[in-house]
Amino acid sequence: MSGVFLHGWGAVSPAGWASGLMWEALRDRRQIDPQPLPWPGRPDPMLARRVPAPSPRPAILAHPRLRRSSPLSQFVVAAAMEALGGMAGEATGPSFRLGIVCSIFTGCIGYSRRFYGEVLREPSTASPIVFPETVFNAPASHLGAVLGARAANYTLVGDEGGFIHGMALAAQWLEDNLVDGCLVVGAEEADPITCDAMGRVAQGVVVAEGAGAVWMGRGPGRVELAAVTSPEFFMDRRGRSVAIARARTQWEGVAREGTPMMSNAPCGARGGWVFPGPVLGEGLGATGAWQVVAAAEALAAGASSTGEVVVETAGSNEQVIAAVLRAGKPAASGPRGEGVPL
Amino acid sequence: MLYRPCLAERRRPCRVAVTGLGLVTPLGIGAAAHAEAFPSGRAAFRPVTLFDVSRQRVKRAGEVDVPPGLPATRLGGREAARMDRAGRMVLWAAHEAWSQAGWGRMTDGGLDVTPVVLGTTSGGMTLGEAYFRAAHAPVPEHPGQVTRLVHYQPQRQAQDVAAALGLGGDITVIANACASGANAIGHAFQKVRSGRARRVLAGGYDALCQLVFAGFDSLQALSPTRCRPFDASRDGLMLGEGAAVVCLEEWEAARERGAAVLGEVCGYGVATDVHHLTQPEPGGLAALAAMRAACAQAGVTPWEVGYVNAHGTGTPANDVAEARAIMAWAGEQASRMPVSSTKAAMGHLLGAAGAVEAAACLLALAGQWLPPQLGGGEPDPACGFPLVREPTRRAFEWALTNSFGFGGANASLVLRRAS
Repeated sequence: MSGVFLHGWGAVSPAGWASGLMWEALRDRRQIDPQPLPWPGRPDPMLARRVPAPSPRPAILAHPRLRRSSPLSQFVVAAAMEALGGMAGEATGPSFRLGIVCSIFTGCIGYSRRFYGEVLREPSTASPIVFPETVFNAPASHLGAVLGARAANYTLVGDEGGFIHGMALAAQWLEDNLVDGCLVVGAEEADPITCDAMGRVAQGVVVAEGAGAVWMGRGPGRVELAAVTSPEFFMDRRGRSVAIARARTQWEGVAREGTPMMSNAPCGARGGWVFPGPVLGEGLGATGAWQVVAAAEALAAGASSTGEVVVETAGSNEQVIAAVLRAGKPAASGPRGEGVPL
Repeated sequence: MLYRPCLAERRRPCRVAVTGLGLVTPLGIGAAAHAEAFPSGRAAFRPVTLFDVSRQRVKRAGEVDVPPGLPATRLGGREAARMDRAGRMVLWAAHEAWSQAGWGRMTDGGLDVTPVVLGTTSGGMTLGEAYFRAAHAPVPEHPGQVTRLVHYQPQRQAQDVAAALGLGGDITVIANACASGANAIGHAFQKVRSGRARRVLAGGYDALCQLVFAGFDSLQALSPTRCRPFDASRDGLMLGEGAAVVCLEEWEAARERGAAVLGEVCGYGVATDVHHLTQPEPGGLAALAAMRAACAQAGVTPWEVGYVNAHGTGTPANDVAEARAIMAWAGEQASRMPVSSTKAAMGHLLGAAGAVEAAACLLALAGQWLPPQLGGGEPDPACGFPLVREPTRRAFEWALTNSFGFGGANASLVLRRAS
């Protein structure tokens, strides 16, 4: 079997520190309650769907590189390690070229807010420990350090669609033999200033935090990446609707008839899953990753009659992009193989 | 489709021509201005005026005199008015490159699928800072917040460039710290070389902003004196701002349409340094890996490379690690390998640095000169190579440029004179 496959996946979300917990929340349509997010200097907290404290705490979070790292970095590493699973030993070997693509929207916004606040108060005492953690590629750097990954490591900045774009990039690296395997991660951390910002452009939306990751390599594997559409760009609300329609025209030519769709936008008459909004909230940089991870779980659980799932991510302010995922090996009747009503 | 499984045999890698080049830096506006400034080695630092530095340890940087207005493009007046300083600089550079390449005159419809790849570290951070200040005011301010929110994000600046120039392909924004600009050109090179795109607009940009300036100052990475890369007495880097954009396209296609070829991108190497978030591994092993990979792809040896544009920030740790990498890479050729860092003249342009320095190499290859770093003292003992200290003419065909960044991002590009 040629092509590029997802060999593993992982997720950290408001549902917990495992992709299975996220899948169960989707399957059961269980909404996660928002929690208060204090905003220093403001009387009222914002509301966000937070990642619960892990229990037990993943051992990898004790790594020295993560000691002062942001929540974002910790989500990235935990999701990636789950995606690697039993492959971690091989993937971190000295001869293995492990690529990393990290897709983010706001980045380490918590530390950025904190550091800039310190600068405005008194720049001579602004923390030199905090500043490096504000850099966009800090989470990907920590992940690379934890894994000893010395090959290509890109951080892509974009809206929610950036994760699927990152999967296409990883697939191209694999095709071009630049890497032997690639982790693609999408992540977000909740911060009051993000909640404030989202409230200005999308009222009623609750920001969520976490990360999703896929471990990609050559075949055969559990889920095949059959296609990624060209991104359809837009710059305003009206353009977004047009972009959604155009993206659907693209993947309709690839996906099998009757294939369910997992979208963060209304699915219309097509049916499928609207995810993650109603369940987890607006995951921004994590949205596309959570969708792909949930779709992979759905395929593994045999929840698609066509053996395919289309994942469509309609971003907030940049692009609409979709991936067609196809079951690789026959769908296993695993512990979560109960299916989802469409 | 952005990706479909490649079932057919991949076509042979093609040569990648540079047909357009645009530059905006503290040294001036436009490639022509830089073709005069770089070989002279003159520096362009001045007291920072863009934000309050009165309580900072260091108070100088390389500021750009951004031209008033914007070039005539497809952007409407309202969109143009909302662009921040970083967006304006990258649009000026992109427009210059696009004009020089003659892409605006092409009629084959190819621009509809032409990708844009940009590198940056902070996008429109000045707008993000303004958003923060308004949100944290004693009485929070609301007017203008949505505009600041939308336009501070790097993807919006890339979209503005694409929309302004009528480019309709996929957009990629790479944020690999100070290697971002080199990564952007390298990624674009890979897209064309592999046949995934016929042409790509690529580059890097960053504007000076308070958060980043204060950040480097907090690390005591900024020089309170002068940027002196590879000097034994160097005491830090100086920040700058700017943008550089190049038009890359298939060599044969460029020749067929009669485009003037300015140079060639021949090799791109990347490696990740896992030593520390901000400090390079002292031996420069990741830098060495990136340089070797770029040269291997280009099919050149150090004996053929006539100039190395070093990352050369002027910080104690970076320069010695890079010097060791250059020594290991060049081997016996090291003692004859001219090396300089253009950061001595314009500062560290962060996300723009890799693109601007690649552009400097292309200009140097075209003009057959080497950019000097003037007024240096005793070189660091790790430097077993000659630093270019004065304006120099030289016949050479290949140049290598290094870009290294926080997070261990290492990228090298090999560039060739147009033949």
